[in-house]
Amino acid sequence: MTTLDTTEPSGMIMTKTADNTGTLAKAATAARAGEHETKISAAGVSVFYGEKQALFDVTIDIPARQVMAFIGPSGCGKSTFLRCINRMNDTIDICSVKGRIEIDGADIYDPKIDPVLLRARVGMVFQKPNPFPKSIYDNIAYGPRIHGVAKAGSAMDEIVETSLQRAGLWNEVKDRLHEPGTGLSGGQQQRLCIARAIAVNPDVILMDEPCSALDPIATAKVEELIDELRTRYTIVIVTHSMQQAARVSQKAAFFHLGNLIEVDETDRMFTNPTDQRTQDYITGRFG
Amino acid sequence: MSVSLLFAIIMALALVGYLLGRANASALKSSGNTLHSIPPYHGYYVALWCGLPAFVLVLIWQAAQSSVIDQLLIASLPAHLTEGVSAARISLVLGEIKNVAAGRLFGTPEPAVLAAAERYASMQSTASLALVVCTLAVAVAGIAFARARLAPDFRARNNVDNILRWLLIICSVLAVLTTLGIILSLVIESLAFFSRVPVLEFLFGMNWSPQTPIRADQVASTGAFGAVPVFWGTIFISAIAMFVALPVGLFSAIYLVEYADKRIRSIVKPLLEILAGIPTIVYGFFAVLTVAPFIREFGLSLGLDVASNSALAAGGVMGIMIIPFISSFSDDAISAVPQSMRDGAYALGATKAETIRQVLLPAALPGIVGGVLLAVSRAIGETMIVVMAAGLTATLTANPLEGVTTVTVQIVTLLIGDTEFDSPKTLAAFGLGLVLFISTLALNIVALQVVKRYRERYE
Amino acid sequence: MSDTTAQSGKPKERAWYEPDAKLSRRHAADRRLRIYGVAAIVFALSMLATLVGTIAITAAPAVTQTMVTLEVEVPEGAVDPSDPRGGSYQKILNSAVARIFPEVDAPREQRELRQLFSNGGQYALRDKVVSEPSLIGQTFEISFPLSDIGDQLHKGVIDRDLPREQRRVSDEQIAWYDRLVAQDRISAPLNFGLIFNADSRFPELAGLWGALVGSFYALLICFLVSFPVGISAAVYLEEFAPKNRLTDLIEVNINNLAAVPSIVFGLLGLAVFLNFFGMPRSAPIVGGLVLSLMTLPTIIIATRAALKAVPPSIREAAIGVGASKMQTVGHHVLPLAMPGILTGTIIGLAQALGETAPLLLIGMNAFITAAPDSMFNPSTALPTQIYIWADSPERGFTSRTSAAIIVLLGFLVCMNAIAIYMRKRFERRW
Repeated sequence: MTTLDTTEPSGMIMTKTADNTGTLAKAATAARAGEHETKISAAGVSVFYGEKQALFDVTIDIPARQVMAFIGPSGCGKSTFLRCINRMNDTIDICSVKGRIEIDGADIYDPKIDPVLLRARVGMVFQKPNPFPKSIYDNIAYGPRIHGVAKAGSAMDEIVETSLQRAGLWNEVKDRLHEPGTGLSGGQQQRLCIARAIAVNPDVILMDEPCSALDPIATAKVEELIDELRTRYTIVIVTHSMQQAARVSQKAAFFHLGNLIEVDETDRMFTNPTDQRTQDYITGRFG
Repeated sequence: MSVSLLFAIIMALALVGYLLGRANASALKSSGNTLHSIPPYHGYYVALWCGLPAFVLVLIWQAAQSSVIDQLLIASLPAHLTEGVSAARISLVLGEIKNVAAGRLFGTPEPAVLAAAERYASMQSTASLALVVCTLAVAVAGIAFARARLAPDFRARNNVDNILRWLLIICSVLAVLTTLGIILSLVIESLAFFSRVPVLEFLFGMNWSPQTPIRADQVASTGAFGAVPVFWGTIFISAIAMFVALPVGLFSAIYLVEYADKRIRSIVKPLLEILAGIPTIVYGFFAVLTVAPFIREFGLSLGLDVASNSALAAGGVMGIMIIPFISSFSDDAISAVPQSMRDGAYALGATKAETIRQVLLPAALPGIVGGVLLAVSRAIGETMIVVMAAGLTATLTANPLEGVTTVTVQIVTLLIGDTEFDSPKTLAAFGLGLVLFISTLALNIVALQVVKRYRERYE
Repeated sequence: MSDTTAQSGKPKERAWYEPDAKLSRRHAADRRLRIYGVAAIVFALSMLATLVGTIAITAAPAVTQTMVTLEVEVPEGAVDPSDPRGGSYQKILNSAVARIFPEVDAPREQRELRQLFSNGGQYALRDKVVSEPSLIGQTFEISFPLSDIGDQLHKGVIDRDLPREQRRVSDEQIAWYDRLVAQDRISAPLNFGLIFNADSRFPELAGLWGALVGSFYALLICFLVSFPVGISAAVYLEEFAPKNRLTDLIEVNINNLAAVPSIVFGLLGLAVFLNFFGMPRSAPIVGGLVLSLMTLPTIIIATRAALKAVPPSIREAAIGVGASKMQTVGHHVLPLAMPGILTGTIIGLAQALGETAPLLLIGMNAFITAAPDSMFNPSTALPTQIYIWADSPERGFTSRTSAAIIVLLGFLVCMNAIAIYMRKRFERRW
């Protein structure tokens, strides 16, 4: 399913463009290297769904303890790329990934790497909040329990409390930890899912349009939370909303038709994009 | 005249009615009137009025004729044949009369019977003739009545629609009538049974041997109707069946939904469903032919004494029959858990097994439980496998290698062959039937509720 | 490896991606669950294979019927040409047998010898003479079945190498049989009798014709009643019925009726049709009525599903051009739903064909040696015939029972294949 072949796909015009932009993006990141060490480094990543190619030769470095936003019109491959970083694409039978993604220098598509361990280190939050049909406590405790981080008892209670506190949910739910997580409001559910991801103590948190199913107030709370979390975690967020990207991210990557067009500081990209397509998208001419 | 010929005549008359009605309407139209409905609807209207009442009359007549004639016949019999005689004896006499009337003579019947046979034959032919005459009269009257109502502003289409709508309603009420019929027949016969055997003795008695004495002075078997051993046997065999079916069905569903690729799933799933389509008589024969001897041989090789109609053989084969129920209900329930639950668990680094055990199965539990309850109800009501492979004697044992009997086996044994509707032996079958009906109904209602709730949760 | 640990900024003894014992235990649990699943499927499918396999193997001997050919002389005086049915054909056959085995004269031996030949021989001879009266006074050849033991001897079911006490034929019988073989009198043509004979006490004569006719009548009644009634009920509930307590009740009732054990329907048939209405016992009409009550819920549920699948836009379009509700349903919705309805009906009828328990209670397990003339005559049905044969002690019935099951399964496979074909062929995506 997954190949580690890093050789460039050849002979296609599309590939050529992709190649150019890839190099371009790399150059841009390299220019500002030093402020933050690189956490995730992807090189020549292509994704195929059966015969159809969804992502073309993406090369990008993601810095540690910052928020990186993936933006672009729908179907541009940003979610696809996000799901490569914790190998969630492995659960789709027809999906295959080419290229190389390293986290802290270790190739995550190496056959020796167990996706179970990878996902413990790279947490994920989804579009629609998906708490398990269990109690709030058990939702948080699920991850630590399966990974054997803590058994039931005070150690687990502590993990649950810390995670909920970091997710800013503790005060709202501390009196009803044993009620079902599905009974919370949408925004609370999403923060519960963030707390659930935090509980296994990851380095990286991937967020796939985490606010698209939430109302504005809940969205504001989640965004605030994301801002706090970046002191501890490397965060990659996929978003449709330019404003959200501007509010929460330090760096941004623009995807278009399966190609990575441009990576830059968020401020700079929004005020002074290099690529025409980025400009068109930001100024609202398409997407 | 045979009934099918009569139906053919009614159809023909209805066709005539249709043509007449349509012709009438066309005549009205060509004489310059504006019709409310197009001519064919006038035709349908006449045809319905011609055919329906006649059709219903024939059905009712057929259903009632034989019992009415029987009553008339009994009333006309001389006193010495009917007075102070049991109902069973009267039905014997009736049977003899009918045999004589049909020309099947055994020995020399007494003159009263011969006379009655003649009366019977004449009543039969009178009744048949009367049926034909009445039917034709009703059909023709229907045509006349309907034609009289035809007029330019007659709402033929609305009337036809209304008649059809009532037909539809009657048909859907028939399903309720079936249930009502089941309940009434079970309750009435059971009441007759409980007037002879106390309810409590039936429900809690520990001794079941329904053979009533043939002669009054016989001591040996007096007939005991304590059904607890029968209930126990039913529960025991069903439990063995579930013991086989539950793990096999559940694990195969888990594998098919979560592990197998599409190709394997598309082959294995229909194959499993074949198991549900095999008639139970085939399973029964399989149990007798293959499974029971195998278990017996196997037991003997271990030095165990195995009955040839062991509960294990019957229950095991029943379990095989039930596998597809469990697997398809579990399959539906697990598939219905949203993909986001799986994503959530995988994203936390759960393995497949952890996701299944701790997230999917708890979420799918109500659906699975509903399916299991339906399967249990199916096992309790299953007849042919146990009739062929389980025992006849009611033993209160927990040893699966011995034979036990079940409610359905007893119903069949008590009712098979010639049945008199009078002995407690026959009526006991209805008592057992009532218990069976109530318990499976309760299981079904609970199961359907559970499944329905579960569906609502994810829709 | 060590520098990656340094890079991550979180000093750990082991790099994050290095598996430990705990992880391999977790993966082992995963493999176990997968193995359980495979084992469960293998178990279920091997049971299916065993069932079909053993029944096919036991049925195999019934594919052919061992026949013997004898020269028979029908003397002028033995049969009255004006009443050829009345002749004593057994005697004629006996003398034909005696001509082949002249040395067998002790009565006990003669009885043993006759055990090799079917009791049906005399009827075969009688029917031949009745159809051709000119045969009286002539010598001609006639073929008829060997008896159960002769048949099994021929097919090797009886092992002739067993010691005498353990086998069901005597040494003499084997010798006589061998002489028949040596004289080329034994043949084993295809067993058409299995299909075209009616039931009999003797396995070599027993066939399924009566049961097939009985099942046909019963299914015909079942179809004639449950198809129109089922469709009407479903149309009313789906298209016309207001949502109120009554229709809710009807709906719950139909769902529960579908799960009532079949034997309860048998009790209903016994109490209502036989006892209350006094309909004839063992008759296919009663069996058909009981089966139709059982099939009704299946058809109603299938029809409702098919009606639901017709998109509302079709109804709106018809109403929009001024059709009445009844016209909309009759002209547009029902025809579009018909493939689905027929598929459901065929599946319901297939279930009804295999149903046994209710038919036992209304007496369709009677021993009847002729096919019924009408649906009011006593008869058996295919599954009840299987039940009767399975219960018969004669060894020859074991293979006939299996063969009858194969016939039943054959019908079911055909019906389901038609249903699947129709579903595939007419499947429509809106």
